[in-house]
Amino acid sequence: MTEIASSPAPLKLPVSLAANPRLSSWIRFSPEGQVMVSPGKVEIGQGIVTALAQIAADELDVDIGRVQMVRASTPASPNEGVTSGSLSVQQSGRAIRHASAEIRQIFLSAASDRLGVGIDSLDISDGTISGPGNVRTSYWELAGEVALDRDATPGAVPKTSAQRKLAGNSIQRLDIPDKVFAHPRFIHDSALPGMLHGRVLRSELSAAKLVLLPEDGARAIAGLVAIVRDGNFAGVVSETEDSAEAALKALRKGAAWSAGEMLPDEFQLAGWLKAQPAEPTVIDKKTAPQSRKKSRTIRRQYTRPYLAHGSIAPSCAMAQWTGDRVHVWTHSQGVYFLRADLALVLKMPIENITVEHMEGAGCYGHNAADDVALDAVLLAKAAGGRPVRVLWSREDEMSHAPFGAAMAIEIEADLDEQGEILDWRHSIWSNGHTARPGRAAQPALLAATELANPFPRYISTNPLQAHGGGADRNSIPLYDFPSWQIECHRLLTMPIRTSALRTLGAQGNVFAIESFLDELAAERGEDPVDFRLRHLWDARAKDVIRSVAKRANWKPDRQTGRGYGLGFARYKGTGAYCAVVAEVEGAEDISVKRLTISVDVGEAINPDGVANQIEGGAIQATSWVLKERVRFDNQRITSNSWTSYPILRFSAVPEVQVELILRPDSEPLGAGEAAHGPVTAAIANAVFDALGVRVRDLPITRDSLIAAMELTS
Amino acid sequence: MPRIRFRLNGVETDIDADPDSSLLAILRGPLRMTGPHFGCGANECGACNVIVGDHAVAACDTPLWSVADKDVTTIEGLGSAQNPHPLQRAFIAEQALQCGYCVSGILMSAAALLMRNPTPSSADVKGALDRNLCRCGSHNRMVRAVLRAAEEMAAR
Repeated sequence: MTEIASSPAPLKLPVSLAANPRLSSWIRFSPEGQVMVSPGKVEIGQGIVTALAQIAADELDVDIGRVQMVRASTPASPNEGVTSGSLSVQQSGRAIRHASAEIRQIFLSAASDRLGVGIDSLDISDGTISGPGNVRTSYWELAGEVALDRDATPGAVPKTSAQRKLAGNSIQRLDIPDKVFAHPRFIHDSALPGMLHGRVLRSELSAAKLVLLPEDGARAIAGLVAIVRDGNFAGVVSETEDSAEAALKALRKGAAWSAGEMLPDEFQLAGWLKAQPAEPTVIDKKTAPQSRKKSRTIRRQYTRPYLAHGSIAPSCAMAQWTGDRVHVWTHSQGVYFLRADLALVLKMPIENITVEHMEGAGCYGHNAADDVALDAVLLAKAAGGRPVRVLWSREDEMSHAPFGAAMAIEIEADLDEQGEILDWRHSIWSNGHTARPGRAAQPALLAATELANPFPRYISTNPLQAHGGGADRNSIPLYDFPSWQIECHRLLTMPIRTSALRTLGAQGNVFAIESFLDELAAERGEDPVDFRLRHLWDARAKDVIRSVAKRANWKPDRQTGRGYGLGFARYKGTGAYCAVVAEVEGAEDISVKRLTISVDVGEAINPDGVANQIEGGAIQATSWVLKERVRFDNQRITSNSWTSYPILRFSAVPEVQVELILRPDSEPLGAGEAAHGPVTAAIANAVFDALGVRVRDLPITRDSLIAAMELTS
Repeated sequence: MPRIRFRLNGVETDIDADPDSSLLAILRGPLRMTGPHFGCGANECGACNVIVGDHAVAACDTPLWSVADKDVTTIEGLGSAQNPHPLQRAFIAEQALQCGYCVSGILMSAAALLMRNPTPSSADVKGALDRNLCRCGSHNRMVRAVLRAAEEMAAR
């Protein structure tokens, strides 16, 4: 007897399974003894394929070594939209768990028929189905006769947490051996037979027009196959990478461009954001009868700059035309969405476009992965049917890929005589936080705006709050203030291209809320931990705060030049809970010494994978806070290298301690973006604790400290 | 074009190429070694690091002529799944990466460190890796992995 249904059957299918109900689109068995698991989500260095393999192997009772994870592609995979928002375990994981549970039941039933024994007396061990009297068969034996070309039904009951053997354990990631032994997995390292190499010419000037393009220099380069020009889009195709680089260099030398579009003044960003035409939205409103008398109002403004994704690998794609059909290999986070945008640009039926995922480097959101795919498709048109691999330059990756949007956030609180909060008003000014492809009637891909018949530039939008929100993500407090109003002003102009960067607006909003709370607690002379706990009703929220306070020995005595700060958030208000205590040191330059973190992701499928995501998110957030800011003059992005856009290095990385609060019976929640907001706020609060200086404009650098000191004095 | 000879992962190699070509272009192009990764082309990120003699260098910024008659080691020469280098074993044991694009360069910087200093401190490791960028935030795991490999090598 292996089926113990102690948890109630879900009444409806998990969202990804409801959208893609055909069981065979998720899981298939080979007669050779393997299980092919086919998620619509993709590996972007977050370890998702391992977590999903664990779930499938667990539910099906097979050794994880038998599980083959199939890369997403438009002809063969369930359409799960985009791999983003820390939703892969929630969406793909639940779908695979449910589908596996149903498939297991289907095979048990088939085995029961074949073996002539009741289902209840059958057991499954590593895919072998056995019963009393040593009767046995297997998934592999039955694979030919069990049809999985049927739709999932809501009745299947997955195992209880106590019955799981793999989920909940820190299984080593399946992709790591290939990566340390340099077995090619990255698209950058993949070569197709007869492959050519492409490079695209882009001006450093923002949205400049290509006025003159002499081709003689490039034509003289050995190995050149084609020069492609369509309006302001231009590129080369060559036999080798060296030749493509040389041809591009020659092309660039002669090219003449118009002036670029005007960019805002990077030193007046908040004022500029607030002065732009914008679409205002009331995100949330809570009203309450006011029983206490308002004594005063405090208002503060917090800002964050544009941030670059800064993938270590420049974006890369391959494309090959066969007649009127094109095949694209991409590290995009959403193969179906990319296909939709390619169809818009190419004015082709989507059936003629195949998009297949291959791994790239970590992207941390919507970088140039999709843009370079269109570049490859356009260049491959001139390749006579041969495949073309296109790689962006470091400079283009840092200046032409979308950025995380700059934000200005104002919070205003009415306080009573005791400094207790009566009313809370939170306003955001920012570009939209997503311009991902495939969502609109117009394409969002860069080259689409460069063609002779150009598409207009797609202005970033925000996902609805019900879907996690964009600029407004995490702007609705989890704290029980009596009343509030949250407003978001989405800019309708976009001189600097923005789209999804890890956490969307959550990093900025959590920084603002948690800094402001710290300021209000300090005004009252109340301990920041106590102040927060007093305003929280959610037990899991209180648990992570209490737990982190305990482990960080909150609050250690203040020493000169050393400070401690707290930050907390529940990601999106519906995701993982995360509380952080930061310890910082310094006077002119701040160094973060230690981050102590407590996190609750519900069921952790792979606890070490969760810890890895939280540690990585914490270190990346530290880099954002201490180092990062996209620089620009009035016509161009000037931070187009690692020298002009420095990130945190090994010698400056803080110690990071992560504690998971294990809740194996709660829904699993994503971990990839939980730490950024709380870490940001914790560092800013620790800087105040150390120096008595409140930095409200990120990043926290020597310059911003001096500016903040001048405001204070 | 002149022929340039060097030892690549212990194998005598000679190549007919422009001596001013970058070592990275030669390795990834005609020699088809995709372990060293292109990241910036400007010696700013370390993704293409290889060992020349006993020092880690950025292959993107190393002209081919400069490695004539020298020993060049890439990640492909460090170890294999069948015969892993202690660093590779340790990176698996510590799950010391996320996306892994930077990791071949980091392994080479670490291997060069251990050649010169078999008993590094944590600060030594951070110093040796300071020119390598990791964007995923796996730094602390990588430092632990290098220290673990050093201990394993010392215990032999």
